[in-house]
Amino acid sequence: MNSYRPFDPDRPLFSSRCSCGRHASDAEHALDLSARVDEEKMSADFVEASLVKALFPQESRRRAFLKAVGAGGAMSALSGFLPIGSLQAMAQEKAPLEKPDLKIGFIAITCATPLIMADPLGFYKKQGLNVTLNKTAGWALIRDKMLNKEHDASHFLSPMPLSMSMGLGSDPSQMRVATIQNVNGQAITLANKHKDNRDPKKWKGMKFAVPFEYSMHNFLLRYYVAQAGLDPDRDIQIRVTPPPEMVANLRAGNIDGFLGPDPFNQRAVYDEVGFIHILTKDIWDGHPCCAFGTSEEFIKKNPNTFAALYRAVLNASTMARDPANRPLIAKVISPANYLNQPETVVMQVLTGKFADGLGNVQNVPDRIDFNPIPWYSMATWMLTQMQRWGYVKGDVNYKDISEKVFLLTDAKKYMGETGITVPPLAKAGYKKDKIMGKEFDPNQPEAYLKSFSVSKA
Amino acid sequence: MNKLSIKTRGALLSVAILVFALLIWHLATAPKVVSIPVASTGSSEYQALMGQSGGVSIEKSGFPTLTQMGEVFYKQLSSPFYDNGPNDKGIGIQLAYSLARVGLGFFLAMLVAIPFGFLIGMSPLAYEAFNPFIQVLKPISPLAWMPIALYTIKDSSISGIFVIFICSVWPMLLNTAFGVANVRKELLNVTKTLEVSPLRKAFLVILPAAAPTILTGMRISMGIAWLVIVAAEMLVGGTGIGYFLWNEWNNLSISSVIFAIVMIGLVGMVLDMAFARLQKAVSYAD
Repeated sequence: MNSYRPFDPDRPLFSSRCSCGRHASDAEHALDLSARVDEEKMSADFVEASLVKALFPQESRRRAFLKAVGAGGAMSALSGFLPIGSLQAMAQEKAPLEKPDLKIGFIAITCATPLIMADPLGFYKKQGLNVTLNKTAGWALIRDKMLNKEHDASHFLSPMPLSMSMGLGSDPSQMRVATIQNVNGQAITLANKHKDNRDPKKWKGMKFAVPFEYSMHNFLLRYYVAQAGLDPDRDIQIRVTPPPEMVANLRAGNIDGFLGPDPFNQRAVYDEVGFIHILTKDIWDGHPCCAFGTSEEFIKKNPNTFAALYRAVLNASTMARDPANRPLIAKVISPANYLNQPETVVMQVLTGKFADGLGNVQNVPDRIDFNPIPWYSMATWMLTQMQRWGYVKGDVNYKDISEKVFLLTDAKKYMGETGITVPPLAKAGYKKDKIMGKEFDPNQPEAYLKSFSVSKA
Repeated sequence: MNKLSIKTRGALLSVAILVFALLIWHLATAPKVVSIPVASTGSSEYQALMGQSGGVSIEKSGFPTLTQMGEVFYKQLSSPFYDNGPNDKGIGIQLAYSLARVGLGFFLAMLVAIPFGFLIGMSPLAYEAFNPFIQVLKPISPLAWMPIALYTIKDSSISGIFVIFICSVWPMLLNTAFGVANVRKELLNVTKTLEVSPLRKAFLVILPAAAPTILTGMRISMGIAWLVIVAAEMLVGGTGIGYFLWNEWNNLSISSVIFAIVMIGLVGMVLDMAFARLQKAVSYAD
């Protein structure tokens, strides 16, 4: 059973709201699952789904269209002007690998779930890859090890490939985002003493931690307090701190809160030093967080290896999207070799059934999700925020940078090579998002940037 | 009591201090079992998610008890050489990685520092010329070199070795120079009267005479190198005792962090004892 069924009018696209519950144990489930996951079908469906999504950015229109003409009619209509067949063949092509032994860097957080689980669950092996996952000590080192070519590919914070390609905080080096690792999955955690201080308007003078400057964490925290009328550079203090130290500093009272990656929000609750104020899902539902990517050079040198890697992580993402698989995933990524966290903490993050530190058990199934599509509009939003807070000075060519760094689909390239006409995908890859009720139109980034009252731009 | 030697009495006192310290530890971290009425803290489900069993809450002090420490020591030491993939190796393997890095960096530093120290020790002019540079470079924290090393060497493992090298060089260099410059005049005068060749003079007279001072320098260097490797490995990650400590810190597991600290201390002590022994072997009585 796979979750991409673009021609099924009764199912939402890119979502899999079905629970399994038919197995007695995790092991049995895994066994059954490996029999059920038909990879080739899945990657074929992913390509179709991407195309359908591009044609029908609005879910309601897609459903209406499918209901009107029927799945069969839609499919034949689409294949009339889109070379779906050859695209699918591209995606499945099993060419010889240039470099089967790979080193991939990761930070031990649940954001990297697809990337990590692909190792113990054998997704890399299935593609003929021999991957060593290197736990890396911090984001600056993730950057440096990619620049040094110690890692072939890496877990990134999704703004990092943008900042690295633009030469912000490092020498310019062309990095690419192959897939988004996770959407949602962060939270603002506050120290227990702030239980009655939930209004961000009253947060003047408080100290917060984020994991890295070029991170969604930093941008979302700034956005959140700015919406409350505070200037994040003057009214609060934001420190760059590694996630485990966030919990320790919260305990010691050095910081009042943090916007950090899970499982450390849940860990702060588990260790009884803080509570979850809000999930970042409530700031921007479906926001990107971490990414999986590599350098342009690596892709050029090893196109087949990159394609295999792409498939492995994509397949892992697909499995991770299904809520029924989350308990098993929590089990395999918790040990010391990967996250090194108590399983119950990871489980709460992945299943969305969690203790919030205030005495409530919350049930938010999409607390974290694993939607791999690297929308250009996401990159555009990050660029507007980098400008907003003065990380980038002057004009930015949003479209150029977004479409260069975020590889929405390698299809265009492959198609160019094989002489097939490129389909009208120009406008695809941009979607409007609502962030705390405010609409972001990726086609009007300058206007969006100017619309903020608290801003340095 | 008076029949016991000062050594035995000292040892007894050490044991007493240890027992006393452990007793205080035990009392300070003794778990307080607080029974909480279920209604006031919410459901038993909530408590299960918080890692507590229904109705009874073990107050988390965050600091491990002696029993927990004992468990960690037993677990780690019973299989010190396990290897569960790149990010989870036994303590023995981690220590071996660190010792190898320290050994290599230290050896390279020795190759540079001792001949160079000889040179500036024997030539007052060279000493005056190089001294300002040494004085500026010596107080720089080895870890401050790390970003530059990563940037230029472009390899985190070699960068670690470089940091060990750079921190080991200075004490060895200065002590060698000092030892060589302060060889007793009588000895040098004898070589003059006997018309010994310069090479023989260096190896047969100056080297043995300066050896205790050189070894003191090496002992200091080794101490610093062992201090630095832990910090360096925490910074670069990957393997080694520093990485182990950092990984357990990632897990917020204080008991494993303490275990790592004890191991670092013990290995450091062994290293220092080895150099003390070497020092004894080359010293001579006047």
